[in-house]
Amino acid sequence: MKIINRALRWLFFAIIIKPIVRLVIGLRYQNKPILPEDGPALIIANHNSHLDTMVLISLLPLKVLHKVQPVAAADYFLKNKCIAWFAQNVIGILPIERQSERQTRSPIEQCAEALKQGKILIFFPEGSRGEPENMSELKYGVVKLAEKCPEVPVYPIYMHGLGKSLPKGDALLVPFFCDVVFSKPLHYQDAQGNFFEQIKARFDEMQASVKLPKWD
Amino acid sequence: MFFDISSLQPVTKVFGSLFVLLLVATLVSFLLSRSKPQTDHTELTQRINSWWIMMGVFALSLYMGPMVTILMFAMLSFIALKEYFSMTPTRLVDRRVLFWAYLTIPLQYYFISIGWYGMFIIFIPVYAFLFIPFRMVLAGETKNYLRAVGNIHWGLMLTVFTLSHLAYLVVLPNEAEVKNLMVSGSGAALLLYLVLLTQLNDVSQYVWGKLFGKNKIAPAISPNKTREGLIGGVLTTGLLAMALAETLTPMLWWHGLLIGLGIGVAGFIGDVSLSAIKRDIGIKDCGQLIPGHGGILDRLDSLTFTAPLFFHVIRYCYY
Repeated sequence: MKIINRALRWLFFAIIIKPIVRLVIGLRYQNKPILPEDGPALIIANHNSHLDTMVLISLLPLKVLHKVQPVAAADYFLKNKCIAWFAQNVIGILPIERQSERQTRSPIEQCAEALKQGKILIFFPEGSRGEPENMSELKYGVVKLAEKCPEVPVYPIYMHGLGKSLPKGDALLVPFFCDVVFSKPLHYQDAQGNFFEQIKARFDEMQASVKLPKWD
Repeated sequence: MFFDISSLQPVTKVFGSLFVLLLVATLVSFLLSRSKPQTDHTELTQRINSWWIMMGVFALSLYMGPMVTILMFAMLSFIALKEYFSMTPTRLVDRRVLFWAYLTIPLQYYFISIGWYGMFIIFIPVYAFLFIPFRMVLAGETKNYLRAVGNIHWGLMLTVFTLSHLAYLVVLPNEAEVKNLMVSGSGAALLLYLVLLTQLNDVSQYVWGKLFGKNKIAPAISPNKTREGLIGGVLTTGLLAMALAETLTPMLWWHGLLIGLGIGVAGFIGDVSLSAIKRDIGIKDCGQLIPGHGGILDRLDSLTFTAPLFFHVIRYCYY
């Protein structure tokens, strides 16, 4: 069963997602890609659309696909059996509970454990997708996670345009180019001063380097 | 090859000369970066490498027959429209309108592939023109309505309507039996003639401007455009058009000279009008799909004006 799921996952990304991301949407790298070559690694990105996860996964080479795990809300992705199967086996999400009363384990613990197993985690520090093309306040969870795994490199990535292509609450994909900005990895163990502020500063910097229209 | 390309002989001859020309350019840039390693030649090298790829893709699509050429231009229109929508302000409520705007591309190029001239020529300026505002009214948002509808129409005309004239050139001489055509023949030659002249016009206006440029034409829009560059470029294009006219087109040499001068001027206008849009938005390039050149629109800007001009002159006078 496991090998079938892994094959399905590979096929889904190689045949469906990568061509859609490259041809229909189209990526424009604003600088040279800086990506983890192997796990463990933590990729943090802004979140506007379901496409964010798809684009981030297709940035990575297919040979590390089996190590990639997007962290996703259990209450959203596990509420329906079909979607739950698809999200867990094909997309390969790491489901976490957002509301504390339903939690059996702390979500940060779960993420840290996955990192210890050598996974490449995709983490959205904003928490949810929010308004299209507007970045909301980052949450502190990302720092708690980095604290637990201080040796794991943290790769900040900023994407612009996906909130236009497929915003929250809409099912129709309308193609817009997606601009991707990369940033050098941060390490909690080497960080001097406030790690949270450093992450925020990186995102501000990356956001400022994309000068394209938001919604009119 | 699975089809006979003897009818593409003139095209092959011109591609041969282009190959040599580009080879010389590559050699010159190589020697330049060897003799002056302290200055940065990345952009020149990137530009020339991109020319190789663009020429290769263009040549391949011409030799594969009219359907492949049409498909390739449909892809170009799609990328250009996507670039346009990605750089101009659009409204969240118009997402579905933009989707319809994209759908005009397969239709427009389908009409070309069956040689339906009447529909090809009115589909965007009449049907799409009327349908887009209708769909926008259904969305019901009036704030910035005129700006948004104008923006979408302009994008469609620029990236779908004008560029599709290039694809129609391929089927123009054989409108009636286009479906059964395996080889493009004289249509491909017309297309090559126009694309070659327009692109070389860009290059020669740039070179003349660099060498002798003094009097600026439109300093507020494009500070590098000079009267000397324009005149030198237009004359060069006219002469080249004259030299190639009888090889690639049904025109006499002096018709070629006239149309070449027209292409030179129209190419300039296309270039500057896209520059005006970029200035308005506050960007330098439309993208970075073609290393050293910018986005697809940065490379196709002149063609958006030269294509309809050349197409209608040639169709009115010769077909």
